[in-house]
Amino acid sequence: MKGSVSILIGGKAGQGIATIETLLTKGFKRSGYFTFSTKEYMSRVRGGSNTTLIRISNTPVNAPDYKVDIFVPLDEGAFHHARERMAPETFLVAKKGAYECDCTPYECDLEALAREAGTPMVSNTVAAALVFGLLGCARETLAEVLAELYEGDILAINLKALGIGADLAQENGNCRYCLERSAGAGAKTHLFLSGTEGAGFGAIAGGCNFISSYPMSPSTGVLTFLAKHSRRFGICVEQAEDEIAAFQMGLGAWYGGGRALTTTSGGGFALMGEGMSLAGMSETPMVVYLAQRPGPATGLPTRTEQGDLELAMHAGHGEFPRIILAPGDPKECFELSRRAFDLADRYQTPVIVLSDQYLADSAFTLERFALDAVKPAQCFVRSDAEYKRYRVTDSGISPRSLPGYGEGVVLVDSDEHTEEGLITESMRVRNEQNGKRLKKSETIVREAIPPEAAGEGDVAVVGWGSTKYIINEAIQRLKNDKVRVLHFSWVYPLSDAQLAPLRKARRIIVVENNATGQFAKLLKLHGFAVHDQILKSDGLPFFVDELSEKLDLLLKEMR
Amino acid sequence: MSTRFDRIVEDNSWCAGCGNFSILAYLKAALEELGLDPLRCAVVSGIGQAAKTPQYMKVNMFNGLHGRALPVAQGLKVSNPSLKVIAEGGDGDMYGEGGNHFMAAIRRNAGIVNIVHNNMVYGLTKGQASPTSQRGFTTPVQTEGVHVEPFNPIATAISLDASLVIRTFSGNKEHCKEMLKIALMHEGYVLIDIFQPCVTFNKINTFKWFKENVYELPDEYDPTDKVRAFEKSLENHPFPIGVIYKSAPKPTLEVILREESGMSDAPLYASGTDERSLREAMGKYC
Repeated sequence: MKGSVSILIGGKAGQGIATIETLLTKGFKRSGYFTFSTKEYMSRVRGGSNTTLIRISNTPVNAPDYKVDIFVPLDEGAFHHARERMAPETFLVAKKGAYECDCTPYECDLEALAREAGTPMVSNTVAAALVFGLLGCARETLAEVLAELYEGDILAINLKALGIGADLAQENGNCRYCLERSAGAGAKTHLFLSGTEGAGFGAIAGGCNFISSYPMSPSTGVLTFLAKHSRRFGICVEQAEDEIAAFQMGLGAWYGGGRALTTTSGGGFALMGEGMSLAGMSETPMVVYLAQRPGPATGLPTRTEQGDLELAMHAGHGEFPRIILAPGDPKECFELSRRAFDLADRYQTPVIVLSDQYLADSAFTLERFALDAVKPAQCFVRSDAEYKRYRVTDSGISPRSLPGYGEGVVLVDSDEHTEEGLITESMRVRNEQNGKRLKKSETIVREAIPPEAAGEGDVAVVGWGSTKYIINEAIQRLKNDKVRVLHFSWVYPLSDAQLAPLRKARRIIVVENNATGQFAKLLKLHGFAVHDQILKSDGLPFFVDELSEKLDLLLKEMR
Repeated sequence: MSTRFDRIVEDNSWCAGCGNFSILAYLKAALEELGLDPLRCAVVSGIGQAAKTPQYMKVNMFNGLHGRALPVAQGLKVSNPSLKVIAEGGDGDMYGEGGNHFMAAIRRNAGIVNIVHNNMVYGLTKGQASPTSQRGFTTPVQTEGVHVEPFNPIATAISLDASLVIRTFSGNKEHCKEMLKIALMHEGYVLIDIFQPCVTFNKINTFKWFKENVYELPDEYDPTDKVRAFEKSLENHPFPIGVIYKSAPKPTLEVILREESGMSDAPLYASGTDERSLREAMGKYC
């Protein structure tokens, strides 16, 4: 029996792949399996070829393999789109003689079967039931999920389709991909959460009560998530006329005492550059959720890349502190989004949560985590009549008051300003205020989160952000004790303490989902020699099998 | 007249005779006469000579970036609806760099007073054309004269059904102050476009020119007649001044967003995270 099974469903946009995904992921999770799903899709509303990968296991897996065990193409385009992902032992669920492949055909005419149920529309339910059965899961579990999605006649037809699919799986009795039962991913002990949902909940936990955004893939999920939950959690939601306004409205909201978020991707963030600079100069907190996709320009709008680290590091003219957090899984999306609000508030400077399409659109099974210490820090003070917004202090942090909160006025200025907040061209004051702003970095860097380490070897395999589980599993498969994986979720600014484990490394290999090795360049700036890099920028995430092979080659060369 | 909005200013960067001085004085007087509290008023501005106005007042100030006063002002008003929020700047700031924000702000109808000093020229960058410069106006850049149609903020605002649309002239003290008071008392978005001479860079649209090219709308004029108001907005030489358009009452952005989210009108800083609710919501993902 295999440790995990990967199922790939492909089809045109609008063919119901999302329904299969919902049915199967909920069904597998309830059957006690660790479930992971991810998708890749084209930038179009209808047609094209999209796939969803579902991977289940009785031990935690939260990363995709390139080669799959079961492939269900819902149309011919999907077959050609993903044929490379089949191995000889891959089950290809398709009509007899439909496709030629070096794989194991599993003959089944989904559409004909769906017609038996009443309408070809339920092909996807037949497919889901068949796959569910092939893995040895009980049809009752899937019926339960269906009953939550549909009602009345539609439910009846879907239940019929489920019966047909499940019967077929049973009749053929092939259990090549049956998994041992797993009690691991319990109904109440584990969450099944996407990066988008993690970031959304994190923002709520961080006290977010205002969001203004301009929609842009793949960041829009967090905007719609917060809109959906706005009534429950008291969030003012406004769609901005452009990204410039989205950021500026957020600054206005923070100035008034709100906790604002804006969501965007690289192209939109480029427009927010001046806003970043204003947040830095005016010392107004701001949180940006930046979900990366491949650029330059419009690039590959619905695909993934870690290509905007340098943009995030450098966006905005002038010199000012900023913090960049790059979560590696939905739990970190939650924790870092929450923390972003407190960091922005405490240091009065912009904080970027750097995710990407892969992480945003992937759902992981994660142990349920505690929400303690959920209370956001309240960093503002009541003003007195003598209040000075930019009072020079040892830490560089000037107590921030709000308009209408106390006895003084709060003057915020984008021009260089006096302690009071009024425009000045005094060089002495310039040096004082500029120094004050930059001094905040000294305290900020003390908060830097150390990289997550696994293994004890002296070859460091370094990653950041969304690649966390992929790299970890790739290394686990190699069972190579020379390696120590170091994964960074706090990517800027880097502290000496954070980098200490790297100093012990004999060799450093950096793995990044981009073409030029942006994090490696940052490490070089800190004086590290990066010996090898594994880079990928074709719009897809790394796959565990693919990365494992590449790492194996590199490590063998080192021998 | 001394007001609670006065600030002792050692170094003012405006030219002697600039219309900004009058507007500043009338604004402070209007605020004072309405009994508003400096601590509960905020002036958000962009960049330009007009945008320096809050530097010379005692009032909460967010002096942001060129063209961006309106989005900041709207965010602030939603964040704390109890504040009197003013977005102030010049014609280049509000209608040029911030043009898209201008249209969006009118449509949103946040309760802010949008004061635009309109002198038909760029001051801080030294004399280039502004969006409201008249055709043929020559400048160091538009050496053969402006060849684009001047922006008509009044007509634009009416077409987008702005809650209140006013034009006045800095050279008419009583009118200007009175119009500022009407603007400050209004709930919802107000555009108050104030004609103002630039003594240094605009030798065409001078104090005298404005005086000769404006006329006050008569008392019987009905600003709620939208079509009539639109006609008025197209008049020029002379330009009508006064309350040009007043829309039917409509809810403000800060009220709508709160209603949509079931929130009270308390400032956002007073709201907290509902931990139990969050636990419950996340539990659904088990």
